[in-house]
Amino acid sequence: MPSEEKQVGYPYIANSVPQVKEQMLREVEAESISELFEEIPDRLRLHRKMDLPQPFLSEYALRRHVEGVLAKNVSTQEVISFLGAGCYQHYVPAVCDEVNSRNEFLTAYSGRTYEDHGRFQALWEYQSLMGELLELDVVSLPTYDSYQAAATCLRMAARVTGRKELVICQPIDPAKLSKILDYCRPGLEIIVVKWDAETGLIDLAALERAISAKTAAVYFDNPNFLGAVEIQGEQIAELAHQQGILLVVGADPISLGILASPATYGADYVCGDIQPLGMHMSYGGGHAGYMATRDEERLVQEFPTRLVGISPTVVPGEYGFGEVAFERTSFMKREGGKEYLGTMSNLWAITAGVYLALMGPKGMTEIGQAIITRARHTMEQINTVRGVKAPYFPSAPFQEFVVNFDATGKSVAEINRALLAQGIFGGLDLTRSFPELGQSALYCVSEIHTLADIKRLVNALKGVV
Amino acid sequence: MNALDFLPEQIKDEKTTARFYHQAQWTERLIFELSQPGQRGVLVPEVEPEILAKDPDPLAALPDKLRRKQPPALPEVSQVHVLRHYLRLSQETLGAGLVPDFGMATSTMKYNPPINEQLARSPKLSELHPLQDERTVQGILEVIYRFEQILKEISGMARFSFQPRAGSHAIYTNASIVRAYHAARGEAERRDEVITTIFAHPSDAACPGTAGYKLITLYPEECGYPSLEAIRAAVSERTAALFITNPDDTGIFNPIIDKFVEVVHTAGGLCSYDQANANGLLGITRAADAGFDLCHFNLHKTFSTPHGSGGPGAGACGVTESLARYLPVPIVEFDGQKYYLDYDRPDSIGKVSSFYGVVSNILRAYAWAMSLGADGMREAAEVAVLNNNYLMKKILEIPGITAPYAEGKRRIEQVRYSIEELTKETGIHCLDFALRMADHAAHGFLSHHPFVVPEPLTLEPTESYSKTDIDEYAAAWSKVAAEARSQPELVKTAPHQSAVHQVTEHDPFEDPDHWAITWRAYQRKAKVRDASK
Repeated sequence: MPSEEKQVGYPYIANSVPQVKEQMLREVEAESISELFEEIPDRLRLHRKMDLPQPFLSEYALRRHVEGVLAKNVSTQEVISFLGAGCYQHYVPAVCDEVNSRNEFLTAYSGRTYEDHGRFQALWEYQSLMGELLELDVVSLPTYDSYQAAATCLRMAARVTGRKELVICQPIDPAKLSKILDYCRPGLEIIVVKWDAETGLIDLAALERAISAKTAAVYFDNPNFLGAVEIQGEQIAELAHQQGILLVVGADPISLGILASPATYGADYVCGDIQPLGMHMSYGGGHAGYMATRDEERLVQEFPTRLVGISPTVVPGEYGFGEVAFERTSFMKREGGKEYLGTMSNLWAITAGVYLALMGPKGMTEIGQAIITRARHTMEQINTVRGVKAPYFPSAPFQEFVVNFDATGKSVAEINRALLAQGIFGGLDLTRSFPELGQSALYCVSEIHTLADIKRLVNALKGVV
Repeated sequence: MNALDFLPEQIKDEKTTARFYHQAQWTERLIFELSQPGQRGVLVPEVEPEILAKDPDPLAALPDKLRRKQPPALPEVSQVHVLRHYLRLSQETLGAGLVPDFGMATSTMKYNPPINEQLARSPKLSELHPLQDERTVQGILEVIYRFEQILKEISGMARFSFQPRAGSHAIYTNASIVRAYHAARGEAERRDEVITTIFAHPSDAACPGTAGYKLITLYPEECGYPSLEAIRAAVSERTAALFITNPDDTGIFNPIIDKFVEVVHTAGGLCSYDQANANGLLGITRAADAGFDLCHFNLHKTFSTPHGSGGPGAGACGVTESLARYLPVPIVEFDGQKYYLDYDRPDSIGKVSSFYGVVSNILRAYAWAMSLGADGMREAAEVAVLNNNYLMKKILEIPGITAPYAEGKRRIEQVRYSIEELTKETGIHCLDFALRMADHAAHGFLSHHPFVVPEPLTLEPTESYSKTDIDEYAAAWSKVAAEARSQPELVKTAPHQSAVHQVTEHDPFEDPDHWAITWRAYQRKAKVRDASK
């Protein structure tokens, strides 16, 4: 049915007005809209109306429908959640949402500094603020998430060294490892090193056996996936550097007000997720991966992502911005560029910048202290519950730790179901991904968990096990 | 030239002439330069004394080397100044909400409805943790499931994954699926070539390249697309896949696309349809109808989710039934009673991103689709194409501007123009032209590289904007083209009405001794330069 006959004036389609369409058709010398599609042969046409649900034409009806569906969710605002494992519930300052809701930032895309000077400045400031947190001079605009950041840092390291082997230290999120395998396998060999069963940290002897002059990079997360702070970074860096291997460390940026940046103990690349810095969890939609390194040309030239640079303009004292070494990208060289470039996660970069500017040096120190203090308190309190062991490993945590329920005779699944009934999301069930840990769960605590919240959890656990 | 000289004339009849515009210019200092020691932007919730008393030094268990010695050298700024700083920067940003953003072409800068923003920011989505018990996320799983059904009908494909976080990420994911398919048939080693076209997005070459493939790039004939002979010559027993856009950046629809697919299929390869530019095709023609095995949509283009200053977007990968087993894990299933995440997919390529992708954009896209339905989406496609052909008519009336390839034929969603004749006459290049358009509140995307069309500028008007918007935009082009002839210096030194003026040096971007990607690098290098003076 030709659309000219339709009666709906679609609010998002300004020219959805029959008289206007007719006037425009006359201007382009077409009899009908369908004439404009004459290049599409009949055999490729859909000769029927699409079979789609009836629309909600009014905004009110749409809102009713979507909110009705979303009402079936139970959000972490309605319960107390102890879930982490790569996505973290922190307080999001109101100014973060205010800035990333600004229509100018929300709807801009990839113009030049001449149209989007403010966007460039905000993005360059993100790089700079992260640079201070990481103590590194080069921070790129973010990629999709921490998984992609780790995978790209590893491929960069392989190109820099010209070597083909990557050594990944456990414990690592199995999902992240899956991504690294998918992204790095073309042409690269991946060796996974098992953790030390006693400490839950990296098994240095096993790592030493795994690396060689063929190794391009060693990767580990700090804190690691099971929550422990990896304390052997300096030795690992030494081991690696002795053989010309680059060290890539994944770090949670919210820990870096109190924990040393991996750059200070020898990491050549530091990467991770900026979701904790002002992004809502949004069922996993708030992620963006940061990547940072030293200011050495050989390292910089391997980045596939955008790097904003600052410069003077024709007006003295004015700052201008532009793209650094853009020739390296696939936008300039297609398959000859470094990996590939496309739309990434810039709104979250701007937001993380806002977050760091709001927090300042004192805020980042205080939030680190608040998190680790509350996590340690929670761990100790959980450990008082009969049959429950926390932490499972003797190593020091930052915000996450493994809780083991073997001695309770109950499964994590049973316990979490019982906690859910009391309005508590228990820690992530590890029994499928880490069967060697028995009935264990990964608990996460942040600055938002009050003393009362922690008491509620502990009391609930006492009733359940 | 004083910008105000233009003012009276512009205000006379703004509907048919170029709009007078001057961007906000705040000469805003860097956030670091706003620092006042002691100021705070936000305070952290205090730890209760009861907890603190027991654990005065929670870092005691860590070796000294692991403890940060100095607090990070972040600026100290009060909340009012942080907000003001970013509001000023936002005013110095030409968001698509402010203008008909035709010049950011190939990006489908359509209207981003605030209702979808409000829905996506509901705590019922924004405060969901991705690892919650499935019983507590039935609503969002239902949205994902329902949106998959919608995309299946729009494309004709059998299954979708929304795990990719943008369009190029989806192309990479499709390349990964192609690799898994050939590996399962024991042909991964032999089939190491991917075919694409020069007018397809750079990622159609770069993503398969990143996935390990060698690229064969086809060039267009005068009709705007490669010949059937060219694709026949390109395929062999080494062909893994074809990655192709249609229409590609010229806006010309390739009417023998299904023949291309046949040729590649006969050679044993798969075909992946880049549907980033699908906006003009909704309800008109579908990936499955042309025989494709895989396709992808950018939800931040056709499905109206905002571009976010460069992401997050969302990519949707669609595949045929036989390739569904390779999709990333998990996918959302419905057993008739409840929605659930299916991880039990042994042939899956695994994870391509954390959790389930940019779920808030899946919700926005779902809301957009549900606000239009089948008729509305077809209306969007039709009006987008009408707007594009109308704009083309107006632009081609300007002397010195052409639309190379397929002369006289209709275009779908966008057009790549050439100002080569104007350049020869005036010395004004496409970049000069684009920068002068910044004075008229417009972005000016030229072309992806390499520039096959000489002196290119690409426009994509989408369905959102009015005839008046198009007239006004075309008038600005006409004005800049006239200026190129009458006042070329004015054009060459543009922009004059932006927040910032021309950056004339290349060193800050190309010279490792000069480039400064962070404030700390800037300060360090400035010191070195000052010392050497």
